[in-house]
Amino acid sequence: MDINDLRSIVTVAGLLCFLAIVAWAYGKSSQKGFEEAANLPFAEDDQNSTRKTSGSH
Amino acid sequence: MSGTQTTYNDKVVRQFAVMTVIWGIVGMLVGVIIAAQLVWPELNIGPWLHFGRLRPLHTNAVIFAFGGCALFATSYWVVQRTCHTRLWGGPLIPFTFWGWQLIILLAAVTLPLGITTGKEYAELEWPIDILITLVWVAYAVVFFGTIAVRKVSHIYVANWFFGAFIIAVALLHLGNSAEMPVSLTKSYSMYSGVQDAMVQWWYGHNAVGFFLTAGFLGMMYYFVPKQAGRPVYSYRLSVVHFWALIFTYMWAGPHHLHYTALPDWTQSIGMVFSLILLAPSWGGMINGIMTLSGAWHKLRDDPILKFLITSLSFYGMSTFEGPMMSIKTVNALSHYTDWTVGHVHSGALGWVAMVSIGSIYYLLPKLFGKTEMYSTKLVTTHFWIATIGTVLYIASMWIAGVMQGLMWRAVNADGTLAYSFVESVKGSYPFWAIRVLGGALFLTGMLIMAYNMFKTIAGGKTVDVPVVAPAGHHA
Repeated sequence: MDINDLRSIVTVAGLLCFLAIVAWAYGKSSQKGFEEAANLPFAEDDQNSTRKTSGSH
Repeated sequence: MSGTQTTYNDKVVRQFAVMTVIWGIVGMLVGVIIAAQLVWPELNIGPWLHFGRLRPLHTNAVIFAFGGCALFATSYWVVQRTCHTRLWGGPLIPFTFWGWQLIILLAAVTLPLGITTGKEYAELEWPIDILITLVWVAYAVVFFGTIAVRKVSHIYVANWFFGAFIIAVALLHLGNSAEMPVSLTKSYSMYSGVQDAMVQWWYGHNAVGFFLTAGFLGMMYYFVPKQAGRPVYSYRLSVVHFWALIFTYMWAGPHHLHYTALPDWTQSIGMVFSLILLAPSWGGMINGIMTLSGAWHKLRDDPILKFLITSLSFYGMSTFEGPMMSIKTVNALSHYTDWTVGHVHSGALGWVAMVSIGSIYYLLPKLFGKTEMYSTKLVTTHFWIATIGTVLYIASMWIAGVMQGLMWRAVNADGTLAYSFVESVKGSYPFWAIRVLGGALFLTGMLIMAYNMFKTIAGGKTVDVPVVAPAGHHA
């Protein structure tokens, strides 16, 4: 096998890998985990002080 | 919460945050000086303060001292808060601070002395390169060690960006700095000819992609949601944003070498990947700006949010401009002109500096036991001065750059050049003067920030904040 075949395979594999990531990210199963993760920066606010967002408008 | 009160390690964050402002002033001051030297060549005093020696000092100071300290400060803050654990790594943590400061001081001494490898953004000689490697490995151990001992299952997206920035910069530094020392202060690159150029711009462009983009996107993904008081617009998009950026950035370097000895196919690959980069860049920008969706009114009176959202607008502008400039035919006009300088500063002042300034303004009161900055009014003043300065800078460089490009390619009917080089220099003077003004305004903003910072620190108590226990996982 030519080194260039290997290079082509790696390129195509890279693209497929990326498409798989997109499918996974937009799949139903990952939604709950993402919601939890998205709220990670706000864990301190919940416990230390009242939320600034509520009641300001 | 548990009885044992582990606290966050905010000491190192405080150190890096304060030094961000200090090095910002130093680096931007050198920038204003070299901008002035182009207008008034008499300011090139002696060999040590000559433009050629101060220019790398400027770039190193703003990228690695100002930007680097901002990245250390924010990544150390974010990784602790989103992992709900104290920074891991013991003595390695202060080593990253003092080691990094030593590197900056060595750069400030060696570059004016003319000790340089001559590789853009990688000018520092081999003993300093080794020190950088040691500090960077310590940084990686501290950062990933903290992630390893996290108390939550998820790794927040900001940490993915910070992590990619740390790994990629290690890879780039080791790859590009491979050199053969001939004395304590002189080494030669392991590569030669066009390979050396390609390795250099593989490094150079990824320094932009991973040091100046991925790391600052990590900032964006934490501080924009925090300051807006709502989670990021789409976490899914942030995941795709991350991987798309990682997959494509590595290949964009050849666009720095259009129409050179680099093979044509390599140049074309660099151009195509640069064009593809528009998608993830804009995905990230939209994700950041749309986080404010439904809370736009907060922009009206929150100058920190103004800084953060404006930085994303400049990020969008420069990541549109960049792919356009990577198109070979556009590059034929823009390359080697001030347009490139304008493009760089649209990213550096508008995006990198503004997102850092916004984040540091967010951190300073929290680090020094205050609820807000000493003067919010001065933060607003800083915002407007910085914005006007940036616009003056990039607009003048666009005009100068396009003018230079057109003058250099203009030919008479008989095929001779219509203008001599020096005529384009002469034509550039007014725009270089406007640039000095723009840069001076941006520097003034940083001085205001320093005043505000010291006033905020004065009388403040540095309290060690207990680590917040992770929220119980809902059902």
